[in-house]
Amino acid sequence: MATTGTKNGSTRPARGAAPRVTSRPAAKAAPKAAPRAAVKAAPKVSSNGRTNGAHANGVAPRAGVRGTTATWTVKAGLAQMLKGGVIMDVVTAEQAEIAQEAGAVAVMALERVPADIRAAGGVARMSHVKKIKEIQAAVSIPVMAKARIGHFVEAQILEALGVDYIDESEVLTPADDQFHIDKNTFAVPYVCGCRNLGEALRRISEGAAMIRTKGEAGTGDIVEAVRHMRSLWSEIRRVQGMRDDELWTTAKDLQVPIDLLREVKRLGKLPVVNFSAGGVATPADAALMMQLGAEGVFVGSGIFKSAEDVTDKRRKLDQQRRMATAIVKAVTHFNDPMMLAAVSEEIPEEAMRGRSTATMPREELLAHRGS
Amino acid sequence: MPRASRIAVATTPAPADVRVGVLALQGDFAEHLVALRALGADAVEVRTLDQLRTVDGLVIPGGESTTIARLLIAFDLLEPLRDLIAGGLPVWGTCAGAILLAKRVTNLDRPPLAVMDITVERNAFGRQVDSFEADLDIAGIEGGPLCAVFIRAPIIRRAGRGVDVLASLEDGTIVAAREGRLLATSFHPELTDDRRMHGLFLQMVAEAKAASAAPRPRARR
Repeated sequence: MATTGTKNGSTRPARGAAPRVTSRPAAKAAPKAAPRAAVKAAPKVSSNGRTNGAHANGVAPRAGVRGTTATWTVKAGLAQMLKGGVIMDVVTAEQAEIAQEAGAVAVMALERVPADIRAAGGVARMSHVKKIKEIQAAVSIPVMAKARIGHFVEAQILEALGVDYIDESEVLTPADDQFHIDKNTFAVPYVCGCRNLGEALRRISEGAAMIRTKGEAGTGDIVEAVRHMRSLWSEIRRVQGMRDDELWTTAKDLQVPIDLLREVKRLGKLPVVNFSAGGVATPADAALMMQLGAEGVFVGSGIFKSAEDVTDKRRKLDQQRRMATAIVKAVTHFNDPMMLAAVSEEIPEEAMRGRSTATMPREELLAHRGS
Repeated sequence: MPRASRIAVATTPAPADVRVGVLALQGDFAEHLVALRALGADAVEVRTLDQLRTVDGLVIPGGESTTIARLLIAFDLLEPLRDLIAGGLPVWGTCAGAILLAKRVTNLDRPPLAVMDITVERNAFGRQVDSFEADLDIAGIEGGPLCAVFIRAPIIRRAGRGVDVLASLEDGTIVAAREGRLLATSFHPELTDDRRMHGLFLQMVAEAKAASAAPRPRARR
């Protein structure tokens, strides 16, 4: 959605509070519903907004064999389990194994790591199905995969493959410059990127059960990740200081549902788990994002683009493994400088070379896609 | 701390008198801390050996079992924790935590702690789209069924002789068990507002603490 670059969407025309207009064919209205008469209606524990069968925006929980599946609680709940962890971009099963071995909480399958997407140019799409299956077979940790913004058929395919989380991602070439996927209609949960509170809440209203600040993928430059995390939190703090009657205007400005804004005010944070993405290249970067309020980090090119000049494959993989392990440790002890110093000593001398975002032409930046 | 109010020897400590750690290497430890504190317990994050040694009981939260196991090893916590458990430290593992406690894990050669006589199968219900919530009656918990949230959950395939099965699904699948001072649940009580399961664990911790203080009454006799 490379339309406007306004900071919080307040001046964007006709984008509306969201693609609630479903672009999904009715045919798949109730997939996988394996109804069994004996299913009890689970008592919905409520109040903290986390646990309830139905999301305010109409997730469709499904009666399963053992209980109710696809509830908001189980969708957002998996993200809760990932907190304090590192989700690593992987292209192959071999990389996925390295990631798991290093202590990743999940892997993100994609066609090429973002740095290579940048280098290769062209259209970046969902990963090949065969690759995703290989990765799923290789690891026991959750496997996420990226779909293009608005490409609900890629998403249907990923759901059919049993992917654990879908990232509707600006890193891939957008398939729709108007509408995001109507994520509420899926059983599989989604993670989406944001640069600020407005984007985050629009994605959540569409059904995202996890958020990541976008940063600028594939650059190894942390500045955008920092900017987005700071924007998000400063807006959350601003909302917390508002009178209730002031929320209405802010909801209009941000083009978000008032209920979500009230929830943010009440919680003092997003109503879903929020990770940081786009630019983490070292343990120190990861800890920086954690100290700025991330609940975990995505690392893309930072691992499998480190030690690039090492020609010996075994040595290269070993160095990448060390980088991955060190970042995992840094996220656990993000608030402990002594530990961070020790961890930083373990990493290869050559981190991802990276590219400064300050010198990049606007058309090369990814974060403004899909606002 | 109202220590003075504990007059009778047999009285177990109140929640405020027990210090419960939540292993905070990775996962939803924050939710456990909220639940335990809501019940009045002195709940603390545990990331280091020094912190681990100060607690009367430990919760191993939900998260990724492989990640938590790697970090336990990386930070030299695995052996000390196993020793503490052997010495009677009460531990409750939820989901990933249950996997860490199990003596046997299917498709895993070397289970990390291997302290509880149960066989656990990881991701036993399938992938994330198969995650679910269900009502569950739990032995020892009053007041009707508890809403149990299963997320890529493990199950307890087999429970050893000394293990009490606390809850099973309708098809007989074991999802909660207790062996002495060890408690394992496949599901995540920390993701709901129902604190009864946390109350049960606090009770276990309090009893263990009272028992370890037992030499005193014996001496009086």
